[in-house]
Amino acid sequence: MTALTDDTLPVTPRAMRDEMIVFAIMAVLLAVVPFTDIYPFFVMQALCFALLACAFNLLIGYGGLLSFGHAMFLGTAGYVSGHALKVWGLPPELGIIAGTAASAALAVITGVIAIRRQGIYFAMITLALSQLLYFIYLQVPFTHGEDGIQGIPQGKMLGFIDLSKPTILYYVVLAGFLAGFLLIFRTINSPFGEVLKAIRENEPRAISLGYKTDQYKLLAYILSGTLAGLAGALKVFVAQNASLTDVEVGMSGLIVLMTLVGGLGTIFGPVVGAFIIIAMQQYLAGYGQWVTVIQGVVFVSCVLLFRRGLVGEIAHLLKRSL
Amino acid sequence: MPEAKMAGAPAANAVPSAAEVLSVQNLEAWYGESHILHGVNFNVNAGEVVTLLGRNGAGKTTTLKSVMGIIGKRSGSIRFNNSEIVRASSDRIARMGVAFCPEERGIFASLDVRENLLLPPTVKQGGLSMEQIFDLFPNLKERLKSQGTKLSGGEQQMLAIARILRTGANFLMLDEPTEGLAPVIIQQIGETIARLKKQGFTILLVEQNFRFASTVADRFYIVEHGKIIDGFANSELQANMDKLHTYLGV
Amino acid sequence: MQALYAQLLVGLINGSFYALLSLGLAVIFGMLNIINFAHGALYMMGAFCAYFLLSLTGLGYWWALLVAPIIVGIFGMVLERTMLQWLAGLDHLYGLLLTFGLALIIQGVFQNYFGSSGLPYAIPDELKGGMNLGFMYLPIYRGWVVVFSLVVCLSTWFLIEKTRLGAYLRAATENPTLVRAFGINVPRMITLTYGLGVGLAALAGVLSAPINQVRPLMGENVIIVVFAVVVIGGMGSIMGSIITGFALGVIEGLTKYFYPEASNTVVFVLMVLVLLVKPTGLTGRAA
Repeated sequence: MTALTDDTLPVTPRAMRDEMIVFAIMAVLLAVVPFTDIYPFFVMQALCFALLACAFNLLIGYGGLLSFGHAMFLGTAGYVSGHALKVWGLPPELGIIAGTAASAALAVITGVIAIRRQGIYFAMITLALSQLLYFIYLQVPFTHGEDGIQGIPQGKMLGFIDLSKPTILYYVVLAGFLAGFLLIFRTINSPFGEVLKAIRENEPRAISLGYKTDQYKLLAYILSGTLAGLAGALKVFVAQNASLTDVEVGMSGLIVLMTLVGGLGTIFGPVVGAFIIIAMQQYLAGYGQWVTVIQGVVFVSCVLLFRRGLVGEIAHLLKRSL
Repeated sequence: MPEAKMAGAPAANAVPSAAEVLSVQNLEAWYGESHILHGVNFNVNAGEVVTLLGRNGAGKTTTLKSVMGIIGKRSGSIRFNNSEIVRASSDRIARMGVAFCPEERGIFASLDVRENLLLPPTVKQGGLSMEQIFDLFPNLKERLKSQGTKLSGGEQQMLAIARILRTGANFLMLDEPTEGLAPVIIQQIGETIARLKKQGFTILLVEQNFRFASTVADRFYIVEHGKIIDGFANSELQANMDKLHTYLGV
Repeated sequence: MQALYAQLLVGLINGSFYALLSLGLAVIFGMLNIINFAHGALYMMGAFCAYFLLSLTGLGYWWALLVAPIIVGIFGMVLERTMLQWLAGLDHLYGLLLTFGLALIIQGVFQNYFGSSGLPYAIPDELKGGMNLGFMYLPIYRGWVVVFSLVVCLSTWFLIEKTRLGAYLRAATENPTLVRAFGINVPRMITLTYGLGVGLAALAGVLSAPINQVRPLMGENVIIVVFAVVVIGGMGSIMGSIITGFALGVIEGLTKYFYPEASNTVVFVLMVLVLLVKPTGLTGRAA
């Protein structure tokens, strides 16, 4: 029986150099966006989702756990950051920290509950937990229910970085994305990451070797949730609102779709997938519910025909690790 | 039409028989990426009890499973009653009259003994009736309502054999029927196989317990590293004891 | 007090749907090892099927109870043959993803044609009105839903646990390779089992139509609750799914009476509690 990420190639020193090169290219391309005609808000939004997808991918690609409730981290960070910025008047850097910390706390709590099960059960539990949170957010006053928190101020980071200027905001978001991405990259290639991979490939064997696999999985989950929260906190500055859409099942499904399209278990796949899906959503914005249908078709096609995802297929063709 | 004699194993059966039930030639088989069988050649004639002997991991079980059609990838030729079955699905093979009793016995835990017994459908005329089965295996009659896996090892083995006797299949493949069983039960199984042979069943047996095999088998084949490397009749057994000790490390 | 009994009745009705749906999910999961995310959408299709049978062909409720599950069941079998079958040897999570995608497609298509508002479906004349039981007023249709669901659930349980056909199903769930080696066409059995599970969902949809209206999104919220039901009950036993479904419906109803704000979330909270105490669910079979 094949596991979801069976096509992830092992990382050799040469492969790491490949990845660093691609990373450099990616960073450079992203850095020059403000000088092009590309709408910066689109790229900023895509970057937030890219980070979110990367965080999700850390869990499934390297931990072997499919979370169908990652939207809860996005939404929680969004609400907490939004509230901190708008109602408590915190400066941006503290707002980001507040949102990320809230996500981290949520990750600890939900992780302890969910890690008890694996595979499909884990997916269903995360789905149900995120739905639980949805209903809580629906009723709790500070979220303003269906309206959401609107008009969140962007403010000045560290007192002088004016986030209301798109170009400046862009570089801040980009910095956040790159930092999160590098953290994930570093984690995957660390001893911790190696153990995770071993667990994903053959958990009973890892246990027999003496590893407390549940602890490793939980740590991966918490890291994943925290970085997803960072993405949510950053997104608040881009969208200037936090709403229920961010905590819905559809959002969790979207995160899964982005990673699937890009390539589960690849390093750059989630980034590519996020950009594709966000672009698709913009392009199809006028078509109403057909967007949902098309997303469904993409899901089905990927699972049946295109399991490695875009980056996965390229990596397979070039026989490199991407 | 007598089949062309296969290459490989020395002629263990000197008489070319028109009553050849199973003829395997150049059978290769894979478990995923692992290449297990590298060209197996042997045959079984009607009414015979043929035993595949060999060490652990030699490929004996894989051979049975290939005949049954439950190995993913196989190539070569497997002819059952003159029909080529190497590409056939396992349910089609079963309906042609082949029955398989796996090493793990495969008793279903979510079924009681009666349901286990009645599960395999009738594939041909001539299957044993329930009375005949209880005749062969009296203790099954008392345990009909028990959950399948609550039976002892010996009883489960009896059940596993009993249920394929009902179906009318007359070519039986038994994978290590005596494994892990007490000597008294092993003897019972030996008697059962002898009775089945008298009733006209053709049996292909895999065994590590060579002593047991020598009491029931007409012919032996030695399997090693996914190939048949030797074969001889029961009558030639004494003459080949040294070889056997080498092959089986007995 | 009237309000309490009324709420209990609502709880029983919801419980009926939970039981029918989780039963279908459990049957499908047992045989195919797939979590059928499309279950909610197929439930919705059952309701729509009843609506169309009435508006296009004039076939009423009683026909719909029979015909809608068959039509949607066949649709499900086509899905299984053309798509799910290809996932046989793969990680179970692919099944979840595929059926999630299918749910998006089905729901999206219906939403495009019918928007988000509900289409009406009348209670059949024979089941209109109500009875005064003294301690409460019982609408006949609602009583019928509970009784009929119970009958269907128990019949399905009987079929699976006590009949020869059910023995095939149970055996194939345990060891499909061996069952096939006995001469049984297991792939066909799998397709039929999926059809059975889908049919149960569609039946729930027909039952639901007069009460909950016929809306494209009617399956979306139910399915996640049913997942929680299934996690709580454990996928292991048919009877477990049935009992848990009804029980959770009643608990939800009671919560709505005593502490309305929590009524949406009580099932999930219970799920968390069960997971902390008995991770394999109440009737526990390990994942």
